Amino acid sequence: MPVTLKINGKSTTVDAPPDMPLLWVLRDLLDLKGTKFGCGIAQCGACTVHLAGVPIRSCSMPISAVSGQDITTIEGLSKDGTHPVQRAWEEIDVPQCGYCQAGQIMVAASLLKTKKNPSDADIDAAMTNICRCGTYNRIRSAVHRAAALQSGKVTSAAGAGQSPNEQ
Amino acid sequence: MTAPALDRRRFLQVTALAGGGLLVGSYARTALAAPFGAEGDAQLNAFVRITADGKITIMSKNPEEGQGIKQSLPMIICEELDVEWSQVTIVQADSDESKYGVQFAGGSLSTPMNFDNHRQVGAATRAILVAAAAKTWNVPAAELTTAKGVVTHAASKRSLSYGKLAATAATLPMPDLKTVPLKDPKTFTLLGKRIHGVDNKAIFTGKPLFGIDVTVPGMLCAVFEKCPVFGGKVVSANIDHVRKLPGVKHVVVVNGVGTALDGLMPGVAVVADSWYNAKMARQQLQVTWDEGTTAQQSSAWFAARAAELLAKPSEKTVRKDGDAAAAIAGAAKTVDATYFYPFISHATLEPQNCTAHVKDGKAEIWAPSQTPQSGRDLVAKSMGLAPADITIHLTRIGGGFGRRLKNDYMVEAAWISREVGAPVKLVWTREDDMRHGHYRQAGFHKMTAGLDAKGSLVGWRSHVILENVRVGEYPGRFVPNYSLELSALPHGIPTGALRAPGSNGIAFAIQGFLDECAVAAGKDPLQFRLDLLTPAVPAVQGDSFDASRMRAVLESVRDRSGWGKPLPAGRGKGVAFHFSHRGYFAEVVEASVDARGAVTVHQVWVVGDIGHTITNMSGAENQVQGGCIDGVSAALGQEITIDRGRVVQANFDQYPLLRMAQSFSVDVSFIRSQNPPTGLGEPSLPPVIPALTNAIFAATGKRIRSLPIGNQLA
Repeated sequence: MPVTLKINGKSTTVDAPPDMPLLWVLRDLLDLKGTKFGCGIAQCGACTVHLAGVPIRSCSMPISAVSGQDITTIEGLSKDGTHPVQRAWEEIDVPQCGYCQAGQIMVAASLLKTKKNPSDADIDAAMTNICRCGTYNRIRSAVHRAAALQSGKVTSAAGAGQSPNEQ
Repeated sequence: MTAPALDRRRFLQVTALAGGGLLVGSYARTALAAPFGAEGDAQLNAFVRITADGKITIMSKNPEEGQGIKQSLPMIICEELDVEWSQVTIVQADSDESKYGVQFAGGSLSTPMNFDNHRQVGAATRAILVAAAAKTWNVPAAELTTAKGVVTHAASKRSLSYGKLAATAATLPMPDLKTVPLKDPKTFTLLGKRIHGVDNKAIFTGKPLFGIDVTVPGMLCAVFEKCPVFGGKVVSANIDHVRKLPGVKHVVVVNGVGTALDGLMPGVAVVADSWYNAKMARQQLQVTWDEGTTAQQSSAWFAARAAELLAKPSEKTVRKDGDAAAAIAGAAKTVDATYFYPFISHATLEPQNCTAHVKDGKAEIWAPSQTPQSGRDLVAKSMGLAPADITIHLTRIGGGFGRRLKNDYMVEAAWISREVGAPVKLVWTREDDMRHGHYRQAGFHKMTAGLDAKGSLVGWRSHVILENVRVGEYPGRFVPNYSLELSALPHGIPTGALRAPGSNGIAFAIQGFLDECAVAAGKDPLQFRLDLLTPAVPAVQGDSFDASRMRAVLESVRDRSGWGKPLPAGRGKGVAFHFSHRGYFAEVVEASVDARGAVTVHQVWVVGDIGHTITNMSGAENQVQGGCIDGVSAALGQEITIDRGRVVQANFDQYPLLRMAQSFSVDVSFIRSQNPPTGLGEPSLPPVIPALTNAIFAATGKRIRSLPIGNQLA
């Protein structure tokens, strides 16, 4: 049945069962492949999108529950990939495989709306997505860096994480 | 251990491109007869392409699974070519043995196998560009210098960009790779820098990059249900019912090929217009299985059988130095313990998937595979296709860790595509992935050691139950009386390489037990290890590590971690080292355990020696930090258990992966020894697990001898 979704500022009507998870509507019906499938049971967070600005795990969200509400995916986070979180992720060179990072970025972007300068404890509490490669040191650095970029107090591309020591 | 000599049959060839560019490729002699120049610049098929307008493209030949090879191999070419990283475009090569030789990601081998030959590609390409300038200006090549993609003749103040020289260079012969001059590594300007991932922007903006993102016109989507007992066969299924469900196009019974657990296993494919519809229809699929002979196996049975085997004489002696039994019998003090580690799953975050289109005896495949060439061979053998009729496109891989050295998903997708006569994207569910893995093998280690009155190890006997063990495994060679013995416990569980295979369990057992020996000797665990790093018996074949390099990383991590300094109450530090994949790693973990038995890792210090050059410092640091997180993650909570022949765990709620709140800072440091550079995907992982369990002992006095740690400390 037709369901109207408001995704990245655009209204779209899809013909899909009302209990179809948002993740699969995004990926397979709307060809927005940035949101990832990891577990299907809201455990890993690879499928994180914003619903009215709040991070949700789209693999477990039926489209009937989100009809008409503002949905933002990684593709809509910024026009040109320059959201402070995206810039920070580049400065710190966060990814290994990169599969989880869209979800991590979406959570971080949401965190920085409510906590302009999050503490490590805030990051621990908010950033619950799994990174199988274990890039948590860099994700933490990048969230702090994104907060600084968002505040406008820093603008340079300096600071690419801690440097390993060479002997 | 030396890296395998590779690509002996291969050499470089230069070819002109339409419009005045050049192409440098590596070609097997067998491919010489094939027309090459005709391919022009429409198809990128070589390592380096320089067009007349100065665009430089470097092919990255190996699969990218997060290890950063997409940057690091091209960086090696750029270093010798004398071009800036910002001047080049990196392109992922498809699978093509005739052009790129062996293409795989495994064993931390990409660097040792390709470091020298990629330097030669860069240096040889630079050499013909220099020769082209020398010819153009009629000056000796020796008077020319190169930098940033420009050849300069200082005496006449002339310079030309590589793009301007490409047409002339393409007419010149490639130099002999054996004699082409290479830089002194001390003068490297790019290697060792922090170079960021070339796919970063695409990742951060959600572009389709991964296997699971592939879309092909006319594509159907599939799920594949296999018997919960490995290799079980389909007896019957309600396919007529499932075929009528919404969106379902085909239901296909696959009988499987062969009996091997890593071939094409039997099952039922549900193929629909969308993956969601296929998955929903599968919920109504009812299959009667012939579960076969392993349906009665369980983890409890394995443990009981292992205990029986370890109580008996071993089946095979792998190594024997002196007389371990006599030395232990005559020792002042003996130590005795049995260690266990379970099956674990790779749990790559991108579930196994593959897109295939098989038509008229030809196959086109898009696969996140670490071994595309093995996958091609598996598809060819299983389906009766000619390997030359199989084209494989390499996609970015959402985590490998060794799981995608196997290509079961590839042959499944290809088989289903042929059956339904359409392109098919097969995506496994997380449950499929966890229950149909090729698991890290479980291991049992019974160890007995004897110490003399001074606290020195005089004898050591290991009796292990594993599929295999290396003759050179530590502490062989370092204890005068030593025996390494093996017994087998056959089972029907598919196993395979998982990040630092063998080492990821063996290091836990050996370095944990070594800690017990240090405690029994009344010595500092780190000093005890240093004292023992002097070979007691001469090296034999299979011995493979240099004790002085290991001592150096151990002494360094001692100093960096502040080993021996007072710690806050309740905290302990543990140390361990391990040699694997040609890498020397010593690590210290600082940990504490709360009143409920929950472990907190506060900090990890790592010192590694992987040779004279760290190709990409950003990637290297990330690999080491990830390796430590991965090891701790596995040690804390991961276990695949078997009941009635089936994997019990299905998803991340039963198989916990470490999250941010449990993560910890990892201090990474490298010693640059005068040895050839080696890979870094694996060797940082093994020591972190025993360093953690040894830290737990230091903090609590409780010795962890069985993984995962789980609630053992509660």
